[in-house]
Amino acid sequence: MNDVSQFSAGISVLEITYILASVLFIMGLKMLSHPLTARRGNILAAIGMIMAILATILFHRKDGMQIGNIGWIILAIVIGTAIGWVIAKRVKMTAMPQLVSFFNGMGGAAAALISIMEFPHVSQELIARTGMANGHVLAILLGLVIGTVSWAGSMIAFGKLDGWIGDLRVRAMKYVNLTIMAVIIGFVVYIMTRDVQASAELMPLVIILFVIAVAYGVLFVMPIGGADMPVVISLLNSFTGVAAAMGGFLYNNQAMLTGGILVGSAGTILTILMCRAMNRSLLNVIIGVFGGGGQAAESAGGAIKEITVSDAAVLLSYSKKVVVVPGYGLAVAQAQHICHELDKLLDEKGVEVKYAIHPVAGRMPGHMNVLMAEADVPYEQLVESDEINPDLPNTDVIVVIGANDVVNPAAEDDPSSPIYGMPIVKARDARNIIVMKRGMGKGYAAIENMLFFNDKTRMLFGDAKSTLQALVNEVKAL
Amino acid sequence: MEGFLEFFMANKGTIFMVILSIFLGIEVISHVPAILHTPLMSGANAIHGVVIIGAIIVMGHAETTGAMILGFLAVVLGTLNVVGGFVVTDRMLEMFKKKK
Repeated sequence: MNDVSQFSAGISVLEITYILASVLFIMGLKMLSHPLTARRGNILAAIGMIMAILATILFHRKDGMQIGNIGWIILAIVIGTAIGWVIAKRVKMTAMPQLVSFFNGMGGAAAALISIMEFPHVSQELIARTGMANGHVLAILLGLVIGTVSWAGSMIAFGKLDGWIGDLRVRAMKYVNLTIMAVIIGFVVYIMTRDVQASAELMPLVIILFVIAVAYGVLFVMPIGGADMPVVISLLNSFTGVAAAMGGFLYNNQAMLTGGILVGSAGTILTILMCRAMNRSLLNVIIGVFGGGGQAAESAGGAIKEITVSDAAVLLSYSKKVVVVPGYGLAVAQAQHICHELDKLLDEKGVEVKYAIHPVAGRMPGHMNVLMAEADVPYEQLVESDEINPDLPNTDVIVVIGANDVVNPAAEDDPSSPIYGMPIVKARDARNIIVMKRGMGKGYAAIENMLFFNDKTRMLFGDAKSTLQALVNEVKAL
Repeated sequence: MEGFLEFFMANKGTIFMVILSIFLGIEVISHVPAILHTPLMSGANAIHGVVIIGAIIVMGHAETTGAMILGFLAVVLGTLNVVGGFVVTDRMLEMFKKKK
């Protein structure tokens, strides 16, 4: 059983490769957290992954047996690569969050499948010695539960972000979820205290556990508000990391362990950072405490004032300083390119144009930066909301395009509002406010926005892309 | 209980490493700017695709048809996670690169 007796050249090459792969994962992750090195970091991690996969296929031995079914394994990898590559390349940048969620779910499902397949094969000698209550069985069951929850949850998150699954906001939900959680723990204990000769006898129980875990994953994500979805994806991401690490325990595989644990812990921290950017506590996100407030705003709705495209064009052209606040609405309308065209035109007229990027604009933190970068907007023009806020009182016009919650003054004024305390772009400080919107619909957080009723605000209704196009034409004509 | 203690002893090096990895993971990304949250999440997402190694091992020792089918599925899903994750992250970061 000890390591030395298993020694062979192949095994040591395998272990060395795993160490190298782990180093590449760590370096990759480190580099991913700096703008300049991020892309290389990603490629480095990918190289580590390819090395680990190749070495496993070539050198892995289990009780002296090498990897079989190689033809099938390669076929599966080819199929997975083809599908993954095409989806990843084809999907629009606006759909990025649900895509990450989808791929995350795939990893969770793979971890769950591994557990289901390994469970009947727990060594009988081990069971005879210690019963079912041993670390090996625990790793399998945890891998199953966590992987399954991650898979089911990610699929629901995917559906929600894609807009074909709505929120289910029932107060009783959290008690239901806590109950299911207790049932899962009870079930795991029950399985581990059974007195059997072979683990295969308990397979029906494991399948039931799987079904309960699916239910938990679904019900866990269902009540969570759309605006909190990025946090949930990040959380599920770290779940899958932990599930992969359980596989690492199972096979005593260092690459799976370091990769999984690293993502588990880094993902958890990332989740907390995201919560902090939105001024939400992780617990509130998970229990789904959102909404309930905002009545003050609804009753106080005043009159809204519209502006014509030509008036807006004049206003913009004769300004010194313009700040654009892009939101998800801009991205959905695929209007980031035309928006950049407008800012170049204004720049030629001597207008200084900046973009105020709220950390959670779009559907994920940093999502808007990706979308604006896609339209070639220079990096210097993208300013984070904290930095631009002091400058806004000197700004002639602020143009809010398809953004809502990130400019909602309720975050500062209304303690009963669900977004109270969230840092915002203080649009109302600017001298003039133009809000481009498709209609009077509410933002993703589904709350009223008093900014639209502000005296300085003029609404410009219509699809972001065609409105911007009209605006570009008008500005050109001036 | 004995089963857990035995597992702990057999894996004590590993458990030690796991604890260090947890701190490493926290340390590595705790100063990430908000603009990189999305690519970082996506990159981390690709890295946990390392679960594919487990899928390859289980498929490599599958004997029954049922196990073959499940193993095949696990490898396909794991590959999707790895390839999709890295390619999407690269696509996001490619856009950051263009700005100078």
